[in-house]
Amino acid sequence: MNLHEYQSKRVFARYGIPVPSGEVATTPGEVRDIAVRLGGPVVVKSQVLVGGRGKAGGIKLARTPDEAEQRADEILGMKIKGLTVKKVLVDPAADIRKEIYLGAVLDRASRRIVLMASSEGGVDIEEVAAKTPEKIVKVAAHPFLGLRSHHARILADGIGLPKELINDFIKISQGLYQAFIHTDASLAEINPLVITGENKLLALDGKISVDDNALFRHPELAEMRDPDEEDPSEREAHRYGLSYIHLDGEIGCMVNGAGLAMATMDIVKFYGGEPANFLDIGGGAQSDKVAAALRIILSDSRVKAVLINIFGGITRCDEVARGVLEAIGTLDGRVPFVVRLVGTNEEEGRQILAEANLITATSLADAAQKAVAAAKGELR
Amino acid sequence: MSILIGKETRLLVQGITGREGAFHTKQMIDYGTQVVAGVTPGKGGDWAFGSIPIFDTVSEAVHATGANTSVIFVPARFAADAILEAAEAGIDLVVCITEGIPVLDMVQVRAYLDTTHTRLIGPNCPGLITPGEAKVGIIPGHIMTRGNVGVVSRSGTLTYEVVYALTQRGIGQTTAVGIGGDPINGTSFLDVLQMFEEDPETEQVILIGEIGGTDEQKAAEYIASRMSKPVTAFIAGQTAPPGRRMGHAGAIISGGEGTAAEKIAALTRAGAKVARHPDEIADLVASHLR
Ligand SMILES: Nc1ncnc2c1ncn2[C@@H]1O[C@H](COP(=O)(O)OP(=O)(O)OP(=O)(O)O)[C@@H](O)[C@H]1O
Ligand SMILES: [Mg+2]
Repeated sequence: MNLHEYQSKRVFARYGIPVPSGEVATTPGEVRDIAVRLGGPVVVKSQVLVGGRGKAGGIKLARTPDEAEQRADEILGMKIKGLTVKKVLVDPAADIRKEIYLGAVLDRASRRIVLMASSEGGVDIEEVAAKTPEKIVKVAAHPFLGLRSHHARILADGIGLPKELINDFIKISQGLYQAFIHTDASLAEINPLVITGENKLLALDGKISVDDNALFRHPELAEMRDPDEEDPSEREAHRYGLSYIHLDGEIGCMVNGAGLAMATMDIVKFYGGEPANFLDIGGGAQSDKVAAALRIILSDSRVKAVLINIFGGITRCDEVARGVLEAIGTLDGRVPFVVRLVGTNEEEGRQILAEANLITATSLADAAQKAVAAAKGELR
Repeated sequence: MSILIGKETRLLVQGITGREGAFHTKQMIDYGTQVVAGVTPGKGGDWAFGSIPIFDTVSEAVHATGANTSVIFVPARFAADAILEAAEAGIDLVVCITEGIPVLDMVQVRAYLDTTHTRLIGPNCPGLITPGEAKVGIIPGHIMTRGNVGVVSRSGTLTYEVVYALTQRGIGQTTAVGIGGDPINGTSFLDVLQMFEEDPETEQVILIGEIGGTDEQKAAEYIASRMSKPVTAFIAGQTAPPGRRMGHAGAIISGGEGTAAEKIAALTRAGAKVARHPDEIADLVASHLR
């Protein structure tokens, strides 16, 4: 789960990281009021859960309250990478002398939390990393001892930070690390951390991604979830304990197990089709779960065929077959179904499905080819 | 021979009285695994399935029964503690089936395990099975058959799919190991490849990877430099869409993005045969048979 910039900055502030004194608004009128209260130039910042907002035109400077209202009118409602802007953050415009990058992330390879810093922060940081990787300084926190001051000093030295700012930088780095640990983050990032005209450090942007598996111990963070982060069908799937990701293809896929689900999508594509989704129904296959999965798949009007691929291990194929049969009875028969059941009790499963008007398949390749043909209307 | 588990395995089940734990304990016993103890805090002194003693703590269970391997079926919020408890009690091999453990818990658990002799398989894995000897976890026993192919995989049902296809063609396995799909786990592809390389009974290996991380790339380095046995590989997720990314850290941390293309390229360069889809795996394996 991702936190918005304004939410992340509130968390950062609790860990002693200096942030601008901005406020959130949902209408141009509110933005104007905030600008009046703040006095002086402001920056109007779209709050959507995706990176690169500045480059997409979602962050604008305004010198006067009138201008702020105008900019807000432009930004609210605009689409950034498919997401509609519903909220903006209005921050006092900072006097920027330099933009620094500071981020904490879980590094799978070293199995540690790594802090990264660069003197070349700002919206082009990925290019900096790609072209001049030596400008990214990294240090790993110790799993038991945490991020000590000498770790942070290595970062400060590495990016050539002015001596008089080093103590503040250490506090900010340790604050970021603490915020990371205490929110069970997988990412906590300040880009940019700026040096202001008054020679102070200030966090102008903030991003935190929280580990969904740890939300049970952070009810206050779970409440911050923006429902727009997931599309409506993904949210619906979540409620049934299904793992579903919506894609743009025409072949709906229902599979048990994430690895097999990915492999099924791969083979559909291999035979010239485009998967409409990733869907893992998990263990067991009670008919209500199967029905929910099929309903969600069919709610996408682009779907022209459905491929059901179930490996019966502990789950028995005859049970799954009954689930599929019951579920199909409740759905309209607008598209052909290709079903492949393999493993425990596969014979019984096939017999149950033989009565229904379904296309059956034996191998994965056979199933994928039939689904592709069915989507083209060549097979019913 | 086989790797990690076999006739000498004396298994303890953590969470033996839970729904999953009880169901799979029965399956493991029926397969012929020596299940010697169970642990459920608060139920010490009871018995499971009439003959398996239940203890409150792992250390009691180890003292009383000589258990050397443990399998964990406890809920995610208690699983990290369960792994640590097993390691502190001196268990050699801990297999954690539990899915959904917070990753920061695993950072600490793995760092602690590295200071002990305990090996962890998983979490979020189906466990492992040595056909005809022992099964630890949830891999269905009847799809396996004994033979000379070692299998190591990050996923569950995809492994079953592949193993089943082998079995149907009469190609048996030494041991199948599910290392789990989480970002931080106890045992890597590389670790298991080393074991298969050293196991005299294993003649060739199947590696089933997924997108994400760099574990497959590290395995490829080992295959290229040290491995004498043929490896057939498959990487799932070739068509998975890139996630909607928030920050930049993921892009600037070293080691690439973990795409299927990167992994397939590394494995191919290393000399592994990479299947284009799962149905090809058994064909490639058959082509290596003597
Ligand atoms: N309060 C502010 N005062 C002055 N300039 C600002 C302010 N906030 C942001 N900026 C400028 O706008 C740029 C982009 O802003 P910000 O980093 O918040 O958004 P972003 O585009 O989403 O960032 P990212 O690319 O990291 O996702 C900053 O690098 C900075 O130059
Ligand atoms: Mg930014």
